[in-house]
Amino acid sequence: MKSLGSIRRDFAPWNDPNAKPYIQFENVTKKFGDFTAVNNLSLTIFEREFFALLGASGCGKSTLLRMLAGFEEPTAGRILLDGQDLRGIPPYRRPVNMMFQSYALFPHMTVEKNIAFGLKQEGMPAPDIEKRVAEMLKLVKLEQFAKRKPHQLSGGQRQRVALARSVAKRPKVLLLDEPLGALDKKLREETQFELMDLQQNLGLTFVVVTHDQEEAMTMADRIAIIDKGEVMQVATPAEVYEAPTSRFVAHFVGNVNMFEGKVAERAANTTRITGATGAQIVVENSTDSKAGSDIVFAIRPEKIKVTSKKPADAVNALEGEVYDVAYLGDMTVYHIRLDDGQMIRASALNAARVTEDPLTWNDRAWVSFRPDAGVVLTR
Amino acid sequence: MSNIAITDSGPSTAAKPLLTRLGAGFVSRLVIIVPYLWLLFFFFIPFIIVFKISLSQSAIAMPPYTPVLDFTDGISGFFAGFRDLNFDNYVWLTQDALYFKAYVTSVIIAAVSTILTLLVGFPIAYGMARAPATIRPTLLMLVILPFWTSFLIRVYAWIGILKPEGLLNQLLLSLHVINQPLIILNTYTAIFIGIVYSYLPFMVLPLYSSLEKMDYSLIEAAKDLGCPPTAAFWKITFPLSLPGVIAGCLLVFIPAVGEFVIPDLLGGSQTLMIGKTLWNEFFANRDWPVSSAVAVILLLLLIVPIMLFQQAQARAQEQDK
Repeated sequence: MKSLGSIRRDFAPWNDPNAKPYIQFENVTKKFGDFTAVNNLSLTIFEREFFALLGASGCGKSTLLRMLAGFEEPTAGRILLDGQDLRGIPPYRRPVNMMFQSYALFPHMTVEKNIAFGLKQEGMPAPDIEKRVAEMLKLVKLEQFAKRKPHQLSGGQRQRVALARSVAKRPKVLLLDEPLGALDKKLREETQFELMDLQQNLGLTFVVVTHDQEEAMTMADRIAIIDKGEVMQVATPAEVYEAPTSRFVAHFVGNVNMFEGKVAERAANTTRITGATGAQIVVENSTDSKAGSDIVFAIRPEKIKVTSKKPADAVNALEGEVYDVAYLGDMTVYHIRLDDGQMIRASALNAARVTEDPLTWNDRAWVSFRPDAGVVLTR
Repeated sequence: MSNIAITDSGPSTAAKPLLTRLGAGFVSRLVIIVPYLWLLFFFFIPFIIVFKISLSQSAIAMPPYTPVLDFTDGISGFFAGFRDLNFDNYVWLTQDALYFKAYVTSVIIAAVSTILTLLVGFPIAYGMARAPATIRPTLLMLVILPFWTSFLIRVYAWIGILKPEGLLNQLLLSLHVINQPLIILNTYTAIFIGIVYSYLPFMVLPLYSSLEKMDYSLIEAAKDLGCPPTAAFWKITFPLSLPGVIAGCLLVFIPAVGEFVIPDLLGGSQTLMIGKTLWNEFFANRDWPVSSAVAVILLLLLIVPIMLFQQAQARAQEQDK
């Protein structure tokens, strides 16, 4: 069975036409004065899903989260949670909790008081609160820090307190605004997996806002890529990477090479494209583009093979010169300037310790790829 | 080569931090010494002089008290003067109920005015702290603006507003809210109005500075965790603004206890406050020793609670670390 990416997904309610959506954004628009932060956006999130809103800063992703939390009301459209319209419900009556980017820990309260805050508001009896707080402290491994105040903790510990506080009330949905933004790289990677485990164990729905594509790819079941207040694509990480539907998404997630050209000839399974400079490539059919129309072939660097001689069996092989080489340990990145002037980025996994075909600066080189190694984009 | 270079640079790099450390220590000590010298010369020494006068007896002389400690009779004469010092004036303060009443009234008036100033000042400071960052400097300027006019003139202006035929009564009469002029001037109400008006900036500024520092996302976090806005105010905003509340209250309460101008101009002759009593002793009775004793007691009355409070605060901070 052919599948995008390397993961087989058993949890995929978005492919099930009978699955009941949990969170629905229906034609939501949010304006701040003249500025449109969110523009007629519709989105569906399912129960127990780990959903990421990915986009550059100012794209409207945080506004979406804040509307879900109740800090902002949509200018138009509606947001449903479990079938209930959230309009007019203040944040303190919504069954969602948020983990703030700044953590927003109460500086005058100890760690345990911070975690107990939401439970006290709920009117939970004191012994139950105590039990739940102990449970939360254990969950985030901060038992011995219960009596400390936030300013006595490290960044990573604060992040855990914020997390414990936001899940203590067992919300239906947990909203996370750049949850790992303030952590250093190593801690961030560790915490990504902890968050995923936590989401699995508690069986909650997570909606996370991030500008870090790697973070979104690692953690999320599905990613919504947002640009200028609009959804560009909603798909699994593998689909977003391997089958982007637009140039924006292809560029935004990972590195990509773009071949611009016109459809020269359309056969049963393949399309021949003529580049601006006359180079011809053959790609797998994926659109109904007519002959003569403008088209873009997007291909990821690791799907391109670099060799010193023209591969005998290659359908697509283009000649050029090695412009730059970067050895990164696990892989080597080549920048090849094709003879028609286009720069190609290709990466090769260093699966063996020695290579029989070493390339260096200014060597002649061939780049080759399969017709199905990339995607054809029209927008 | 490289070895020589290292050994060469050795002594100088070791000596340098020591020198800079000494230099920095000297400069930082100098920085601390200046305010302490200031306090010594312009607070502590005058206070000792006042304290000495409070232990003297009044006399029809120049200066109007005995003994005068000076060196006209030599050093022995200077020390001989000490034998004539006693606490009679302090005993006198306890015998006349007037002083006790004046102290108590002053503290009550100052306390009530402080609470009123807090009630008026908090919403102003909160509004300023939540205003768009671009207009905050303007708002701050407006709070400080009254200081550019003489305090005395501003208090006089209140006479014009509050007197029976004044602006306030004319306005209320013309609007038919009242049909008899309100008697506000020369009452305690007028004193409260005067103190709240005059000391408002001292309350607003420290409140503003502590509220402005507060991260608004804390309020959002409280709401998110199920806390309605009013509860969020009492559980988050107010506790976090407490340093500002305390600073503002002290800045209003302390000068208000000894306030003289406002009760004298707005409070009329019946109101009893320690500042006025002090003034009367000094200028009407020309009894410097008794008025000095009044001043010393006033100082102790204010300084003891402040010191206790500061100690408690220091201890709380110590615990936090």
